[in-house]
Amino acid sequence: MPPLLPPSLPDGPTYGVLARFAGPRELLHACERVRDAGFTRWDAHSPFPVHGLDRAMGLGTSPLPWIVLALGLAGAAGAMLLQWWVHVRAYPLVISGKPLFSWPAFVPVTFEVGVLFGALGAVFGMFGLNRLPMHHHPLFQSATFERVSDDGFFVSIESWDPKFDAQTTTRMLRDLGAVDVELLASS
Amino acid sequence: MAPTEENADCDPVRGRAPLILGGHDFPSITRAVCDPLERPTPLGWWAFFLPSLGLLGLLGLATGWLFWEGIGIWGLNNPVGWAFDITNFVFWVGIGHAGTLISAILFLLRQRWRTSINRSAEAMTIFAVMCALIFPGIHVGRIWVAYWMLPLPNQMSMWPNFRSPLLWDVFAVSIYGTVSVMFWYVGLVPDLATVRDRARSLLRRRIFGALALGWRGSNRHWQHYERAYLILAGLATPLVLSVHSIVSMDFAVSQLPGWHTTIFPPYFVAGAIFSGFAMVVTLMVITRQAFGMQNLITIRHFENMAKIMIVTGLMVGYAYAMEFFIAWYSGNPYEGFALLNRAFGPYSWAYWIMVSCNVLLPQILWWRKARTNLAILFVMSLVVNVGMWFERFVIIVTSLHRDYLPSSWDYYVPTIWEFLALLGSFGLFFTMFCLFVRFLPIVATAEVKGVLPQADPHHGEERVVLDVSKAPAREATT
Repeated sequence: MPPLLPPSLPDGPTYGVLARFAGPRELLHACERVRDAGFTRWDAHSPFPVHGLDRAMGLGTSPLPWIVLALGLAGAAGAMLLQWWVHVRAYPLVISGKPLFSWPAFVPVTFEVGVLFGALGAVFGMFGLNRLPMHHHPLFQSATFERVSDDGFFVSIESWDPKFDAQTTTRMLRDLGAVDVELLASS
Repeated sequence: MAPTEENADCDPVRGRAPLILGGHDFPSITRAVCDPLERPTPLGWWAFFLPSLGLLGLLGLATGWLFWEGIGIWGLNNPVGWAFDITNFVFWVGIGHAGTLISAILFLLRQRWRTSINRSAEAMTIFAVMCALIFPGIHVGRIWVAYWMLPLPNQMSMWPNFRSPLLWDVFAVSIYGTVSVMFWYVGLVPDLATVRDRARSLLRRRIFGALALGWRGSNRHWQHYERAYLILAGLATPLVLSVHSIVSMDFAVSQLPGWHTTIFPPYFVAGAIFSGFAMVVTLMVITRQAFGMQNLITIRHFENMAKIMIVTGLMVGYAYAMEFFIAWYSGNPYEGFALLNRAFGPYSWAYWIMVSCNVLLPQILWWRKARTNLAILFVMSLVVNVGMWFERFVIIVTSLHRDYLPSSWDYYVPTIWEFLALLGSFGLFFTMFCLFVRFLPIVATAEVKGVLPQADPHHGEERVVLDVSKAPAREATT
């Protein structure tokens, strides 16, 4: 049986190369060059989202809004259905002479549940697309990578990229102005 | 105030004074936020925490006795069937609204100054909603039937009525709480990773490592993350407006003079934001001082919050006036009586406390000196919160205590148990807030780093030299 999700990490002894850059500007320029060199299995890491980095990396748009829309509409429809079912099927009781399916009174709950499901879709959709939680990752072997949540700006190129070669890729990153470059093993 | 050396480094793109003072760079922001979490617990923290915990104990006492004995221990009488419980509920839900306004609405409006205060304001929202949710849960004194609030058939196979605003309210407030927690947690993840990466003890590393979900600052992740944050802000904005609108419908949908008005939804929302900002100011004045975050949470933040307070305070004042106008203009004698009774009847003392605290005294905030003076602002924030609590009390009790039938008129006096429940809810609120400031990063470091001038990849290129003396000198130093 094939796995549910495609693998997210390269197999083989080498994970890839990790290079640290001095700041957001250096990171942005390096990403533009890595993108233009034709790499596909690589990433940038920064303590905060750097403006313009998505384009510099050549990333497409996030499909997240579609997940949110679908779940939000499903939640709203489900809430309306629940209220219809309660008042028309499960417990039909005439209250204040209103029809059993007095839908205008059901709008607030429909709206709220739609928002709830949309928000659930945004949060769990985001973590799902990001393959999080993933508490173990080869990048965490690096001692300098601790700085990614403080002041470190990194580019990582994974070994299963067709253009990857341990030596030439390391040299390319050095030429792009990386402060330090290290080769990481698969953990 | 003359421009200082720090704010001489103006943002070259906008030519505005920077949001963060004190010449901060990326690591110094990490240190400023994380150091307080990693130091041994300061003595001053216990000075806040233990009294809060004591008040929380009072909540346990007040609710425990209530569950044992029933709501007969409260001062409720025949026309006034609910009073302190629902007043406290509306008060606490309202407090929460400022947090969502700061985190969602100001985010959509690209008010980047929000980044210094949004984390703690969101935490405040969550704790306020927790306090609020206690009261619908306990207000019938029979905790074992609290499940009647859920869309489930009860032991008599009866279903709740979805046409009732009270049920809408259950959905609105609980969903509001849930979405607020998710929004807050999503914002926390990058900062939890920061605490994880600084942790020296294994336990700390494990706990924060688990909570940070393996966040590694990946830009492929940031892309979805930023989209998720924007969507959550977009969802939270109509949600927060709907929540207090629905709370107001608990009253407005009924037929009672003094409650049955269409102005209630916007009036309640404005009041909620008004009181919520007052609570943010109260908390921020103390937190900023206690943690030495004067450069992250600046006078500019307080001045902006004071401006929002005066705007929403004026909206509330307009609503007070409009209620009287409509009572007269509608020609409805019951409506007219309810309003006259509110202002000049047996509860006139409460009405005039409300008007003084919410409308008259906040006018001092028109003066910049008052908006930038933390002592005045702190006192005003307390005054506004007293006023907003009384607003809910006035709306609820004065409308109920003299109904259509004069023979059933009565005067409601709360008992000690109602006061203890109110005090106890403050205990819960401050206990949670103390725990929050002790164990979690109280400023969104990832976001604050993002608003530093050097976070812009084009910072330092083609530098525009600005004449600082012409820049608006609004950064009062502390």
